[in-house]
Amino acid sequence: MPRVEGTTLPASRLEDEDMPAPDDALLLRMLHSMKLTRALEYRIERKLYRQGKIVGGVYVGRGQEAISVGAAVHIRRGEGEDRDDIVSPSHRDMAVFLMQGVPPERILAQYMGRSTGLTRGRDGNMHMGDLRHRIVAFISHLGDSIPVAAGCALTFAMRGTDQVSFCFFGEGATSRGDWHEGLNFAAVRRLPVVFICNNNQYAYSTHVSRQMRVGRVSDRAVGYGIPGETADGNDLLAVYGRVGRAVGRARRGEGPSLLEFVTFRMTGHSAHDDAGYVPKAEFEAWGRKDPIERLQSALLRRGLVDRPALAEMEARIESELDEAVAWAERQPYPEPEECLEGVYDEGGPGAGGGPQGESEAWR
Amino acid sequence: MALTTYVEAIRQGIWEEMESDQRVFILGEDVGIYGGAFKVTEGMLEKFGETRVIDTPISESAIVGAAIGAALLGMRPIAEMQFIDFISCAFDQITNFAAKNRYRWGAGVPMVIRGPSGGGVHGGPYHSQNPEMYFVHTPGLKVVAPATAYDAKGLIKAAIRDEDPVIYLEHKYLYRRIKEELPKEDYVVPIGVAAVRREGRDLAILTYGAMLYQALEAADVLAREEGVETEVVDLRSLLPLDKDAILNAAKKTGKVLVVHEDTRTGGIAGEIAAIINEEVFEYLDGPVLRVTAPDTPVPYSPPLEEFFLPNKDKILKAARQLAAY
Repeated sequence: MPRVEGTTLPASRLEDEDMPAPDDALLLRMLHSMKLTRALEYRIERKLYRQGKIVGGVYVGRGQEAISVGAAVHIRRGEGEDRDDIVSPSHRDMAVFLMQGVPPERILAQYMGRSTGLTRGRDGNMHMGDLRHRIVAFISHLGDSIPVAAGCALTFAMRGTDQVSFCFFGEGATSRGDWHEGLNFAAVRRLPVVFICNNNQYAYSTHVSRQMRVGRVSDRAVGYGIPGETADGNDLLAVYGRVGRAVGRARRGEGPSLLEFVTFRMTGHSAHDDAGYVPKAEFEAWGRKDPIERLQSALLRRGLVDRPALAEMEARIESELDEAVAWAERQPYPEPEECLEGVYDEGGPGAGGGPQGESEAWR
Repeated sequence: MALTTYVEAIRQGIWEEMESDQRVFILGEDVGIYGGAFKVTEGMLEKFGETRVIDTPISESAIVGAAIGAALLGMRPIAEMQFIDFISCAFDQITNFAAKNRYRWGAGVPMVIRGPSGGGVHGGPYHSQNPEMYFVHTPGLKVVAPATAYDAKGLIKAAIRDEDPVIYLEHKYLYRRIKEELPKEDYVVPIGVAAVRREGRDLAILTYGAMLYQALEAADVLAREEGVETEVVDLRSLLPLDKDAILNAAKKTGKVLVVHEDTRTGGIAGEIAAIINEEVFEYLDGPVLRVTAPDTPVPYSPPLEEFFLPNKDKILKAARQLAAY
């Protein structure tokens, strides 16, 4: 049987390639992003939700910040439509939104169902996107983003650019057929996608051992003939380096990679879930591996930052969030009749009706 | 001038749109080298190349999902379902991703999902279905079902140019049975506009797809044998429905029969009857009647499929019952 080039490659590791390392300024920026992410989620989960100011689901990624930050920092943006990458975050990737330039106050307005949220109240929590920020919205049906992210990459390949599609998901999503279809499609066409699995070991209450028989999500790459790799998701540098390599591969036209970062969900599935099914010892063990603490200690040891600088960074974040919360609380709810708008294109530039077709005024 | 078949009209429509708009591309199973199971994409690979005519794995979710991603980034994808029956595998991507993106976050998804639907060719339960109502019930989608070669071309062009996701149901029974002379110049058939195929004042038959021809034959018999003049309306679009055309037909004739090949319960006929009831009840001289397939899967064996499908005789029976009111 004739072999088609590129379809019989065994899955390979990326270990023979050099991993990029961040410079000092970038390290500090990433530390800031992780801290901002956690602080914003703390406000949402521990304050606004408990105060009854946020209704519906609240999902946070506490303890998992290194993954979205270490990956999202590689997303190219601000250089124009034929240069900017695209990203499909999962519901525990708050950092991606912040790093793509979505202001915290807009995220808060989104959670509060206000008219200036990213979806103008049509959807809640992390179910938001904005193509101006190059973010494709997540939907509840796990794994559905994977073929869509592949389609974004297909567009880049058709146009012959070196843009990359970033796709985040949890280990639970890898049980869905859409996940496999999307991965296979991307693999067959060697599309520039970086698939990033945030393996926090629990899908709601279901432990990974009841989710899959394979020991590692990255082992699934073998079935698709693409590189797969597993690394410590609480180690920012490990994430940064591996995603950097996979992005390089994608930009060079070498196709997709599957990266798995093992971490832990330091909360329940959502704000109403006390995670009573998780053994306390696991929280304690993973609490000691907190990604922010780890990075911070390393930076302190290296003298890149000192305690007063950290305190100042935290204080700035808190005051910024004070303002953001106050702004969001001042925002109006949508008018009830807006419920009927924007199901279809209503004409005008930017395809009217939906949030993206609105004037700049509400942004 | 040469006559153009229904299937060739679809091919021409796609071809011309691909020639005039670089954003248009097609993806699906066997659409490239093979030219599509029904040859809709024949010659396109040679003409447009493999970046715009994409053979995919057997993965309907990936086909539609990839089309969504491309549409979000400004492309105009046409996703082919080899048989429309397989659209069920992509149901989630269509109903939850494609249909809701604009409403949720303002990101339009201009794409077409098309494929051969309908029975009458002994395809059995998985090659003969009429899946329209799964999608008619989904806000954010549009659903069209052309019956003529002219409409097949005009509606595929309109669907490709539309800013929203369109399900384009082509009836495989009509592929090579229907042909007509098409205009040389570019034209579109607007989505959401029905066509009156036969004028009449005594009775109206509302239908679409392959059933149009059964309805027209029945109307001829009614005129010839009973002097009953039947208006025959081809809906062409099921979502959005042309409400004006439906209400006009009801007001004009006072007697409405809805005919479709899709099964009865939850079919579009029930929706049309409700619209007429709510809005022009006072014009009616009789109940809105339905001729549809029964509530079973589409069977294979010829006598079973013939029993299943509506036809001229079943339409005549219902029309005579209605005319007697």
